[in-house]
Order: sequence, then C-alpha cells, then structure tokens
Amino acid sequence: MFSEYIYGEKNMSEHDITLTVNNTEHKLVIESRRLLIHTLRDELGYTGPNVGCESSLCGACTVHLNGSAVKSCTILAVQANNADITTVEGLAQHGTLHPIQSSFQEEHGLQCGYCTPGMMMTALDFLKHHPDPSRDEIREGLEGNLCRCTGYHNIVNAVESTAKKLAEISSGGSA
Amino acid sequence: MYPSRFDYYQATTLSELFDLISEHGEEMIEFLAGGHSLLPMMKTGLASPDILIDLNNIEELHGVEQNETTTCIGAMERYSDISRNNIAKTNCPVLTEAVSLVGDIQVRNRGTLGGNIAHNDPASDPPAAILASQATLHVHGPSGKRTIKEDDFFTGLYETSLEDDEILTKIEIQNIGNGGGAYLKKPSPSSGYAMIGTAVVLHSTDGIIDTARVAVIGAVDHATRLTGVEDALVGSPATHESAISAAEHALEGIEDYMVMEDLQASAEYREHLIGVYAKRATMAAIDNLPK
Repeated sequence: MFSEYIYGEKNMSEHDITLTVNNTEHKLVIESRRLLIHTLRDELGYTGPNVGCESSLCGACTVHLNGSAVKSCTILAVQANNADITTVEGLAQHGTLHPIQSSFQEEHGLQCGYCTPGMMMTALDFLKHHPDPSRDEIREGLEGNLCRCTGYHNIVNAVESTAKKLAEISSGGSA
Repeated sequence: MYPSRFDYYQATTLSELFDLISEHGEEMIEFLAGGHSLLPMMKTGLASPDILIDLNNIEELHGVEQNETTTCIGAMERYSDISRNNIAKTNCPVLTEAVSLVGDIQVRNRGTLGGNIAHNDPASDPPAAILASQATLHVHGPSGKRTIKEDDFFTGLYETSLEDDEILTKIEIQNIGNGGGAYLKKPSPSSGYAMIGTAVVLHSTDGIIDTARVAVIGAVDHATRLTGVEDALVGSPATHESAISAAEHALEGIEDYMVMEDLQASAEYREHLIGVYAKRATMAAIDNLPK
C-alpha cells in the first residue's frame, strides 16, 4: 500500500484501485491521470486492446466496461475502479474461440489485425442491441472503429455471420 | 498523450460536491461527466485543471422521470441509456433521436446529456433538440438552486449561462404530447459532428399548425432558433408545401458573418444547408404529427 498522506494532506493524485479484468481481480496504485488503456496494457499486460489514435476516434482500444463498449483511451483508470472489464483476451473460453472470433477468421475479417480486438468488442455490444442487423446497420454500428486494410467488407460479413451464430446459440441450436 | 497531473475526486452527493468546490476555491477545477470532450482537451493541453471532480456517481444526477407535462432527465444520464429509455422516447422523441446520433456506440456509452449541454459544442446535436423541445435547465450552486429556460441557456461558443461553481442537475423537457417532431442532421464525413443539424417540434389543431419551434446547430457559434421559419409555419396547414415555403425564411436573423466556415463547408454552403434542412426536418415533423 502506498502512503495516503504526504505532508499531512491526503494525496489525491494517486489512487488505490481494483479492476476486475476478464474475471481476474487486480489491485493496483495508479496516478489520477493514468488512462485505462495504459493501465490495461502496461501495468496488467492485457495487450489485446491497442493504442491507435489516442483521441477516441479509431476504436482500437475498445473494451467492455461493465458490459458496455468504451474507448479505453478516453477513460481514466481511476474511473474504472471496482468495474468489470472485458478485453478481447476474455472472449475465448477454455481454448475455444468465441463465435465472433471464429467468424472473423472464417470471413477473413482482418488483415493486419490491429483494429480487430476493438472491432470485435464494439460489434458484440452492437449485436446485443441489434440481434438481427442489416448490413447498413452493421456499418453504422461500427462507425467508431477504423480499419485501414480490409475496406470493411469482410468485417461486415464477419459480424453478419456472428449474428447468425449467436441467434442459433440463443435458440438452443448448435453454433 | 497524457493529461498533465491533477488531483481526482469523486463526489457522491451534491453537498459533498459543494464542499469540495469550496475547499478548492483557489484552484482550477473541472467537472468530469462523460469525459468525451474534457479528456481529449486535457490530453492535448487545452484544459489542465488542478482538480478534477467526477460527477458520475452523484445519485441526484441520475434517473428519467415523467411528470404531467414534462420529463426530467438527470444530467449524468448517458446518451445510450436515454436513447433506449421508453419514457424519454415517448415524451421527447426529438431529443432521443438527437442523442442517438451523437458520436458512435462507444461515445454514446459514456457521454452524458448534462455534460453535452454544459459544454455547448457548436456542432453537437443535443442543444438544437433542447431548444426545439423547450426545457427548463435545473442548476445547483453553492448558494442554492435556480432554473434557466432553454432560450437563455446557450449564450455563445462553448458558453452557457452556468456560473463556474454551478452544475446542471437535471434537464426538464416539455413532453411532445400530441405534437410531431424530428431531428435531421448532415454529419461531417470525418468527425460525424453536425455540419448542420435541425430540430423541429410542431403542434397542430384541425390540420393547422399552431405552435412551431425550429432550431439549428452547426450553423452559427451556438444552437439557435430559426424564428423566420417558425413564424411562417404558425397558422399554415400542416403540409409539405407549408414546410417548403416556410424554409425560405430560414436565414432571417442570421447574418452572413455569423455563419461558421471550415474546411468541409464554406459559409455559403452552410447557408444553403440551413434552408435545406429546415425544409426536410419540418416535413418530417409534419409527417410525425398524429393523424
């Protein structure tokens, strides 16, 4: 534990926080100005979320904060205190790819792969609210994630295929 | 891109907030809402507060509540929650449409209505919807509460009638009732901000428009009403023809020098868009009047 008091005053430029990332609890001390993305990558080693533009435009740093997709470059780590965070590393279960991961693979939804973790995290939030989306809706849903390789076409295919797989799973069929 | 050093405080009640404000009265304080304008400004050095007070966990700033003629939305309600809220969707459809068009999914999951309105970006969607819908802005400061009408709230470029030590607590929006409304925007192709965004709320009796509120964002340095269009609509039949002729008055009261200009749109083009979007949004509002 770090000293809460410096020169007799409570030091509010540093904070003790607890982050639960992919169901693992981490306790750490961070500066007030530390961004969530840097905490995840540099302190905790979750390098799935990427640093792209650092200005909330590209979406490469997207993670789920309490179940909602957010750009982790535009949230302070201290704001995420006591929150549940899911990064792309948390999608596969027991060595089996999540349907969205297998869809991106099957549909060639990536080339360099830099935007892919963010694309997947945004797409999953989008699909939660649009379980049966049109292709236009998918494009609109992913407007906050930039890809500079694919031209988006195969990404839209991958999200469309994920929607079908998730619908089969929720109706009890096999994916 | 790191913000410069600051002290971070989380207030959980309004009284805790005002204690913090008075305790740090000598220092530069910023209030943190959704953070999607403030944090980018802090990262680029445009804002460098000594003290950052997080308002997100103040219970009094949350919730959506329906009254007889109004709907109250807590200042810290996020765009995504508002756009999915059935009370808000029924009573203030123009506002829910506008917030559903802000930024992208991730931005809407964080950004708050109160933060947006207090920031008063000249190209952001919600202020136009607030002006057209009519609202009472509830404000709280160390010396107590007061209310501000929508027409007196947005005063200039990133300027509002809020004092430095006041915060917006809730936005009380007039229910649309048996009216019809619409919000239409032409987004900037790169940023998604409104090149022009137009909000319209109409009421009619026996097919004749008896009240009209038309407001535009992205045109001049803050959200502003197109009173020429409003005046032309009142007393006219609720038809597309009325929308077309009313839109000819779109630039009344807007001087050439006031119109914003940037790489993507010259002032001349924006003036053209003001008319086009006044027409289209009014037509859409007419279509949305109950039959």
